[in-house]
Amino acid sequence: MNTPILSLRDVTVEFPGVSGLRALFTPSGQRRVQAVAGVSLDVAAGETLAIVGESGSGKTTLARAINGLVPLAAGEVWFDGTPLHDRSDWREVRRRVAMMFQDPVGSLSPRKTVRDLLLEPFAIHGMPSNGREETALRLLQDAGLGADFLNRYPHELSGGQARRVGVARALALGPTLVLADEPTAGLDVSIQGEILNLLNGIKVSHGLTTVIITHNLNILRHIADRVAVMYLGRIVELGPVEDILTSPVHPYTQALMAANPEPDPTARRKRLALRGETPALNDRPSGCEFHSRCPMARPDCAVRAPELAPSRTGGIVSCHYPLPAISEVS
Amino acid sequence: MTHFRYTLLGRLLADPMAVVAIVIISGLVLAAIFADVIAPHDFRAMNMADRFAPPSWHYWLGTDNLGRDTFSRLLQGGRIALYVAMTAVSISALIGLVLGMLAGFGPRWLDNTLLFFFDTLRAYPTIILALALAALLPRGLSTVIIVVVVTSFSEYGRVVRTQTLSLKNAEFILAERAMGASFGRIVFHHILPNVLGPFFILAAMNLPVVITIEAGMSFLGIGVPPGTPSWGATLKDGFDFIRTTPWIILSGGLPLILVTLGFTFLGEALRDQLDPKLRKGR
Repeated sequence: MNTPILSLRDVTVEFPGVSGLRALFTPSGQRRVQAVAGVSLDVAAGETLAIVGESGSGKTTLARAINGLVPLAAGEVWFDGTPLHDRSDWREVRRRVAMMFQDPVGSLSPRKTVRDLLLEPFAIHGMPSNGREETALRLLQDAGLGADFLNRYPHELSGGQARRVGVARALALGPTLVLADEPTAGLDVSIQGEILNLLNGIKVSHGLTTVIITHNLNILRHIADRVAVMYLGRIVELGPVEDILTSPVHPYTQALMAANPEPDPTARRKRLALRGETPALNDRPSGCEFHSRCPMARPDCAVRAPELAPSRTGGIVSCHYPLPAISEVS
Repeated sequence: MTHFRYTLLGRLLADPMAVVAIVIISGLVLAAIFADVIAPHDFRAMNMADRFAPPSWHYWLGTDNLGRDTFSRLLQGGRIALYVAMTAVSISALIGLVLGMLAGFGPRWLDNTLLFFFDTLRAYPTIILALALAALLPRGLSTVIIVVVVTSFSEYGRVVRTQTLSLKNAEFILAERAMGASFGRIVFHHILPNVLGPFFILAAMNLPVVITIEAGMSFLGIGVPPGTPSWGATLKDGFDFIRTTPWIILSGGLPLILVTLGFTFLGEALRDQLDPKLRKGR
């Protein structure tokens, strides 16, 4: 792998779990919950990493921690060879790290026209937007929209159109890294495809590194090079997209993939059902945190916590009893 | 350049309710500005021969117990009413805007302190507070303005605070932060424009209330000094003779009704236009 453009080292994000008077009666260890609990990963230049996991697994918080929207409780984020956790020049970082948010319409300031929204990044960073009208138009056309959208307000856009404006805005200043939080959320399947094609095209033409947060497993194959699977704020498996999809090593990954509807009716896949609910973040299970729901759990899983270790697919996995390749089972 | 039809004024003029409101309000404002020109008589002139004259070609709305022309006095009263309303509403709106934003953005303890302060002020009935303050302060228009400011700024504060709180964590604000926007840019470019809509609506709806408070205080004799042609004072003069010459109190109430209707209509029309999400079509 080339030198990583983005490196996370034990990134931990905490939120207050209890507040007010109740905090006085709560043991100090339980007052705060860890939404992200020690995540380490590297993203190589030009690569696309997808982060998947159930709701509440800390994906969005991780993305926000990367560009400093939520403070780190511990750990380090390195971007392009410099640490981000104690930088004063956040503005420079934010010029190079663009972020797309989940809600396509809700992430656009409601009283600005599309033109204002597209030109705002230049104003924020005091950069000349030489030929304002042309700049706005070029950005819009790169994202696949026409000039007649320049005077519209966000509420006059459909989800797909708003997403395109979001993409155009993210690319305005020529970023190095793009963090996309659920880029296909709330879009029709046909529009999802268009947006993914747009993202893929831009990735190639602009040489972008992308981190995509999603729970839409169907898009992984079309967009990601590698996939990281998160559970309760930790990475449980990370590997090349093909292996994660077809031959997962961690039981959780397999259950996640199995829960995803398979478009091919003839395909036979091993069903792996999870029991129970995701545990609360302030009540993490002992040992391997997945043991309470794991169909493969053995007695010692509740005692020993597994470490991330190289897996048979060339990725890493945190499981005492990783699954064998499917071909070996059936 | 945006076409006139798409500007706020252009869109307001397409709304019949707003047109009625604008006609009433501009009529009142013009009447107040040109009161001296329009008035058929000197509002101070007492004509003892024509006391309690009923409405006629000579005295359009009749005369009061001192033989003063009611119509001319109401025109002067419009000046007082608009002056008090404009001043008091701008001062209380400005105080409310600043305190509301501080509460919305500030730490939890500041928010709680300001909320407690707002609630305490709102808990007092306006008229009680007015009577108490009037006993402490000299009689005059500035006392009326102080009473209005004290009783109404907390309402602006609450509206602005609620708006700020809900906007502060909105995704588009996060998006601006992620892009590197400064605190000032976020407040002035992205929070303020979204706060101002409900704020202006509240101000428009609040104007007639303020005018009524002034009239009420003058009616009770704790507002303007005696002899000042305030609408409330005219009402009071008329009230004493309601059985014999009802036209005095009736004509005193007329401008109050007009002003309330005008600004309420305007407030509602503004609400329809200022919130783009409520706007149907373009």
